[in-house]
Parts: sequence; structure tokens; C-alpha cells
Amino acid sequence: MTVANPNRDTRKAPKTRRVGLTVNGQYYQFNIGSESGEISPTHTLSWTLRERLGLTGTKVSCDQGACGCCAVIMDGRAVLSCKVLTIECDGKTITTIEGLKDTKTGALDSLQQAFIDHTAFQCGFCTPGMIMTARAFLNENPRPTEGEIKEALSGNFCRCISHYQVIRAVMSVVEKGK
Amino acid sequence: MGDSYRYIGKPIPRRDAAEIVTGAALYLDDLKFQNLLHGKALRSPHAHALIKRIDKSKAEALPGVRAVLTWEDNPGWKGGTPRNVPVLDKKVRYVGDAVALVAATTEAIAEEALDLIEVDYKILPAVFDIDSALKPNAPLIYDEHPDNILPGGTIAFGPNCLKGVVMGDVEKGFAEADVVAEGTFGYENIPNALPAESVGAVAMWEEPNKVTVWGASQAPYMDKGSLFHVFNRQVEIRCIGHHVGGSFGTKIMCWQVQAYAALLSRATGRPVKVMFTKEEHMSSFVLRIGSRIRAKVGMKRDGSITAIQGTWHVDSGYYSFTTQSQVAVGSGELMIMAQCPNWDLKNIVVVTNRNASGITRGFGGQELKCSFIPLLCLAMEKADLDPFDVLKKNFVKPGGGYFWRDGNWYDYRGIDYSVAMDKGAKQFGWKEKWKGWLKPTAVSGARRRGIGVGVHGNADVGEDAAEAYVQLDPNGSATIFLCAAEHGTGQKSNYARMAAEALQISPDRISMTPADTLVTPFEFGPVGSRGTYAIGSAVINAAEDAKRRLFELVAPKLGVGSQDLETADGVVFVKSQPERNLKWRAMGFDRTITGHGRFEPDFTLCNCMMSFVEVEVDTETGKVILLRVVLATDVGQIIDPQGLEGQLNGCIGSAGIDSAIFEETILNPSSGHILNANLIDYKWRTFAELPEIEHVALESPIPTHRYHAVGVGEIATSPGPSAVLMAVSNAVGCWLHEYPVTPNRVLKALGKIAM
Repeated sequence: MTVANPNRDTRKAPKTRRVGLTVNGQYYQFNIGSESGEISPTHTLSWTLRERLGLTGTKVSCDQGACGCCAVIMDGRAVLSCKVLTIECDGKTITTIEGLKDTKTGALDSLQQAFIDHTAFQCGFCTPGMIMTARAFLNENPRPTEGEIKEALSGNFCRCISHYQVIRAVMSVVEKGK
Repeated sequence: MGDSYRYIGKPIPRRDAAEIVTGAALYLDDLKFQNLLHGKALRSPHAHALIKRIDKSKAEALPGVRAVLTWEDNPGWKGGTPRNVPVLDKKVRYVGDAVALVAATTEAIAEEALDLIEVDYKILPAVFDIDSALKPNAPLIYDEHPDNILPGGTIAFGPNCLKGVVMGDVEKGFAEADVVAEGTFGYENIPNALPAESVGAVAMWEEPNKVTVWGASQAPYMDKGSLFHVFNRQVEIRCIGHHVGGSFGTKIMCWQVQAYAALLSRATGRPVKVMFTKEEHMSSFVLRIGSRIRAKVGMKRDGSITAIQGTWHVDSGYYSFTTQSQVAVGSGELMIMAQCPNWDLKNIVVVTNRNASGITRGFGGQELKCSFIPLLCLAMEKADLDPFDVLKKNFVKPGGGYFWRDGNWYDYRGIDYSVAMDKGAKQFGWKEKWKGWLKPTAVSGARRRGIGVGVHGNADVGEDAAEAYVQLDPNGSATIFLCAAEHGTGQKSNYARMAAEALQISPDRISMTPADTLVTPFEFGPVGSRGTYAIGSAVINAAEDAKRRLFELVAPKLGVGSQDLETADGVVFVKSQPERNLKWRAMGFDRTITGHGRFEPDFTLCNCMMSFVEVEVDTETGKVILLRVVLATDVGQIIDPQGLEGQLNGCIGSAGIDSAIFEETILNPSSGHILNANLIDYKWRTFAELPEIEHVALESPIPTHRYHAVGVGEIATSPGPSAVLMAVSNAVGCWLHEYPVTPNRVLKALGKIAM
């Protein structure tokens, strides 16, 4: 892992193929290949986040795009990081659950705080994916109806059934924003 | 009552809330280890076969591979009840059985190595259901178990483990009955509780005979106990727990994956992690037991049950570790809901060539009740009785009793739950909606609505011993030593809250040790709704013991007897003269005070949950929509309002109500492959399809511990599935007796399709 000049466009075409991505405000560049320390073309973004960058807040459950546990925000949209290859992320900007806090003040995102206030989790395993999906959705649509929130989160698996408290938490953020 | 408490019943955020919402909470797969190897299992494509030959040489030669293990490398480790299931065997008994284990430097290399292992099988005929397993001359899954029937009882519950219910005189009971119903009913769709986090383990072996296991279980002390036997009682075991990504009972026993990691670490001298993929989790970790009852029930016109006679067939899959325990507890739970003087209820535990059954929320009782209540419905229909009245009438009340798992009779000393049931019925509008058997509550074109009700109660709220220490620090803080991992119920926070209330210090001043068997005393694990009463009691007792020791130490300094003292906010004071006081510091800066708490099992109390459901059935498409659920219970005292809400809402997921509507594990009946072992094909309820859920949770003091509370988390699911069958049958006007009520089944019942 190397941390290089964030202005990628100025670098010369390298002999080794590289992939560069910004995660939680930090730029990372990896060589692509199958050697130790390189990013393989088969590596998913969730793998890279967890195994290379140590960002284990992103959870992997089904590993096939069905459960939403691994959701992160990429260029403003929620994506399933188990269904994105790291080599597809060149030039992308990614926020994970660890990057949601205000970087200067350390204050929690309003959704994180609302999830605490409403105990919108039980085992907590699906929570990071739930929060990231909801955050991307609220960024796009800050005044959704309850039905729209349910639809936006319908790809997020929660087995404890914290759905009701999640909806209340998200709605509380919507109400505060009004 | 609640208002006199500072912390009990108050809306306090969970102590791990910030960790969870920031992604800092560490689950098993998030832990980092030096020199970690990754383990994988090669799984059998056949349901029943002998391994004739395994060639692992190519796999071993793959760079990065550190060990390839087969049955020949198994040092006799085995589990099961009885204990005759090798961790690796030369015979495979279901599609997905472990054939070989690989440890390699990366997961990808381990996976590649699996493909290089060559195996020749001698395929054997297989049995996939109770009927074929019990046929004369059926293929035998174990030579030790002729007829594919496992011996009843488990030594874990003592020499007289409940193996069925025999009491009174059933002939007399049927003679007294006004109506008798008879038939065969099952709950055999093996719904998967399916926590989001898969199961796994990391093991680090130390020669000659020590191993540390980092598990995914909520109960590391149970891991230590089960592994002790699996490893032939020759290995010193330390188990450590972490955040658990859901369990619903299932993860309290993960002996196989833990044994895989331990075997591989033993072979390589390095820590080895084995994490099941979701497909492995769904096809090679344990499932719910299959349940089928062939029985007869007698009832009087006043709704009293006069006799229950029959046989409960339990499909345990290819082995059992806990099925006999579930049979014992399930039988007792049926007695709690059906206070009947005459019983002859036997059971048969059958092995089949499908993945094994294990522990799941409901623990035998949900499975038995889902089979029994449809039978009871036929009797209630014959007697033209309202099921709410009958279920309320027959549930255990003060003066009643039941046999419990150890085979002993227990006189019930708890409260009458009829009050909660009545409140629930009122909230639901039961009396207004009930139109009689097989009659819808409302019809609108092709859509018909129906209602149903179910009930469940469990005396495991006081099961098994629990131990805890509470250590007081001179700075006015305390530490709880307790072997419980947080698995979603919020109970870890609640133990701190219970100790905080007893010590009158803020929960923020209380630390908790990790769930580590090297650090903490024995604790059975948060299962069976026992967390509140059993584990809570151990913590409370430890806090009170610590307080007593503190008072004994401080009393001479205040010139009073220790009985004259009380404490709050880290200050000990004379009750009658609070101005005479000393800070905890008075114990001395060089001292801690440790209180010991133990809870002895108590089966004289039970919890209760009644579920009312309303469904809408589209008689053209066959689709069943769950509209509304009302849960009625009495918890004695609410400890944690938000946690209680979450646990009760859990009634629909984790193999609860939805196991009657769409959840099922589908086996290919000719090959034994699970056809829906993934989160796309296994259906689960989404945000877009949530029913209304309402809770009626009363707080009538229950004689448990100082907070008079009883746990109900586990049982939120259990009364739901049979209530759905009842509701759908009432909606469409004919009986549906199979789970789940898929569109096909509904349309078939309506005579619209042949199936």
C-alpha cells in the first residue's frame, strides 16, 4: 500500500497497472497483480476495505449482493462493496461507516446519533450497511416519506427485526432537517 | 414499581451503541491475528457415502498450503448425543459433510487446494425424511443406531431426563371428553434462524494440549464445555467471545467449526481461522429440528383438555447434539400450555441424511406446538369453542405444574398470565373479530381476512447455573466478571444496569470483562430467555455480596453495624444518619472487594407470550399478507424498554411467524441438496412488507430476583406460526395444515390447482 499524490492525472502511465481510490478522505494506490501486497483483479471492494485497509466496520454477510450488510457510499451513491471489484474503483471516492463522523469535530453523523437514540439495532451486524444506505438515500432525498425510506432500505437484511426502530431513527433525522 | 428505580426500566442507551453505529464493534471476523492461516472444508457432494480413497498430495503441494487433514488425521475427536459423530469421518452423512480440511496462507489458496483433493466415494442409499428413515431395512446412517432411531434423553439433564409425558389415565380422559380429535401434523419446513453473521472460529493450539478458541458464540463457557467432551476430555480449553452478529439460539453450539480450526492449528502450529461462507452457514451449520406429531386429544365442552396421547417424531438430521434436550424442554413446554391431567406423549428422535438439527429459538417447544395446535384446533372446532378462551384456560396457573427437563414435577409459583392475555385480546379486538371456525373476519372481493392466536411459555427462564463476580474499586467504580457475549438482546448492558441499581452507581461507572473463560466464572449462556432471571440473579447476587463485604469493612470505621449501612454514588452512609458517611476509598487504595454471585437453576417459574395475528389472503393469487400482530406478555418489570421492543418485534424474523408464511429450507428430495442455501433464494421479510406490530407488556411483579422481572426474548417467535395457520384457515374457509402457507398451498386448499 502506498499513499501517493492525490492528483492522479499528473502521474505518468505506469508500467505496473495501478488502482487509486479515496477512502474516508485518504487516497490509496495499489499495484494490481497476484503477488503478495498487490490487489488482485478478483478482490472485491469489501475485501480491500476490510483486509487491506483494516476498515472492518463494513460487514460481509451473504457476499453475493443480497443482504446490504456491506453497503458503502461510492461517489455519493450506496453500493454493495461485495459486488464491486477493487480494480473498478479507480478514481472513486468512498465513504465507509468509519468515515461518517465529522473529521474535524469527531461528531457523529446525525443518522449515527439517531440510531443510538432510538436503539435502532440489536446485534448490530447489519447496522453499518443500514446507516450507509440510509445516509446515501437521505443525501439524495432529504425529505422522504416513510414509504420511501422503507423502499430505500428494502435490500438491507436485518434478522433481529430492528426495522421499526430503524425507520423511527431515520424519520427523526428527516423531521429535524425540516 | 419502576419509578423507584434509577436505572431499571429507564431508556438508557446500550453501552456498545457508539461502537455499533461507528463500525468499531468487533465481531469474530474483524479480529486481527499474527501469522494467521485460513481454513476451509471440502464438503461432500453426496448425502451418504463411504470415502474409499483420498489423495491429498496435489493439494499439499500447492504453495501456501500448510495442512490438509482427512479422517485419518482426526485424533478421535467426536461430538453428538450420544457422542459418536467424528469431527472428520470416513463416512459422509449429508450433502455438505466435511471430507477434508485445508489450512493455507490465504483464503483463496485454501479454496484452490480444496479442488485439488481427489476423493473416491462409494455412494450409499440415503434417507431424507422421517418416513423413509423408519422403513424396515432402511439404509443405516450409523451402525450403532439400528432403525435410525437415537436413544432418548441426555445426561446433561440428569439420569431421569424427561423423555416424554406419561401421567394420569388417558383412557379415562378420552372417556370424559366431549370431543376427540386425531391426526398427524408437522412443522417440517426447517426454517433457518439465519443470523446475519455467519459462524466461524479462530483457534490457536499450544502443545501438548492447550487451545484457545475465539468463537462466534454468545456463550463461550458452553463452548468450553462442549469442546471438552469433543476433544475427549484431554485438552485444556480457553474460549473467548466478542460481539455476535445474531444467534437466535443457534450459535450457542459451534463445536464443528471450532474443532476444524483447532485441528488445523494443531497441525500447523499457527492460529487458524475458519469462517463459513453464507452458503456453508445455511447448508452445513445446524438447522431447526423437523417435528411431526401423530396424536389424539380429548376436550370437554368447557374447553378443558382431558387427554393427550400420541407420538412426536423428531427429525434430527444426520446427528443430534441437543435434540434430546429439545424433546425434553419441548414436552415440558407443551404441558405449560396444556394443563391436562392425562398424558401419554412419547417421542422418537430420528436421524436422516440431511444437515443436522441444532438449537434454535423455540428449543423444541415451538416445533412441538406448531404441530400440536393445529390438532387442538380440530378439537376446538368440534366443540365450537373460541381458541382464545381455550388457550387462556389451559395455560398453567398458580396451583398448576408440569414436568420439566430433568424429569421432575414442578409446582408453578408464578403469576396468572390470563390478565395479560385478556389485555392482548382487547388490544387486538379479538372478540369483535372472531366469527367462528373457518369463517373470515372480513371479505372484500377476492381478498379475505382471518385471525389466529397462539400461546407459548417456557420454564427455562431459570435454567442452568450462572456465576458472576462483581469487583468494587476504591474509586467508586465496579467491574463485572461475566462470561456472556453480546448477541443483540442488549443484555450485557442490562447486567451492568442491574448491578448499577444494586450498588447505586451509574452504569457508566461499571466495566465488564470480555467473555473469556480464563477470566470469568462459569456461565451457561444467554439462551432460553434465561438472561434476565438466571444471569441477572448471578450478577445481582455478586453485587450484593460485594456490597455486604464493603459494609463489613467500613462499618467499624463508622462505628455502626454493617446492617445499618447503605451506599449510593460511591459513598457508604449510615441509613438513619446519611451525614455519617465514608467514600468507597475508605476500603483502602490497595484493596479491591470482590463479591461472588451464583444462581441455582429454578424451574418453578415460566414466562408467557400470546400472539394474535391478522392476515389477508388473496384467493386469486394465493398470497398471504401478514397485516397485524399483537403480542401479549407480562415481564414482571421492564428492565430495558428499547431492548424489549426489539426482542418482541423479532417475532416475525429468525424462524418465527414467517416460518408459517414463506420461510423454508428446501431439500432436493432425490439428492439431499439444499436448493436455497443463499440469501436470494431463501426468502426473508423486507422493510417494504412490515406488518403492524403492537406489544402489550404488563409489569406484575414476578417472584424472581430483586427486580421481579422475567425474560421473554426467546419466546417472541414461538406462538406465531400456528396462529398464522389458524388465521389463514379461517380466512379461506378450509384447513391448511402445512407450513409455510405458500400461494401454491393456499390455491390447492381452495381447489384451484392440483399439486
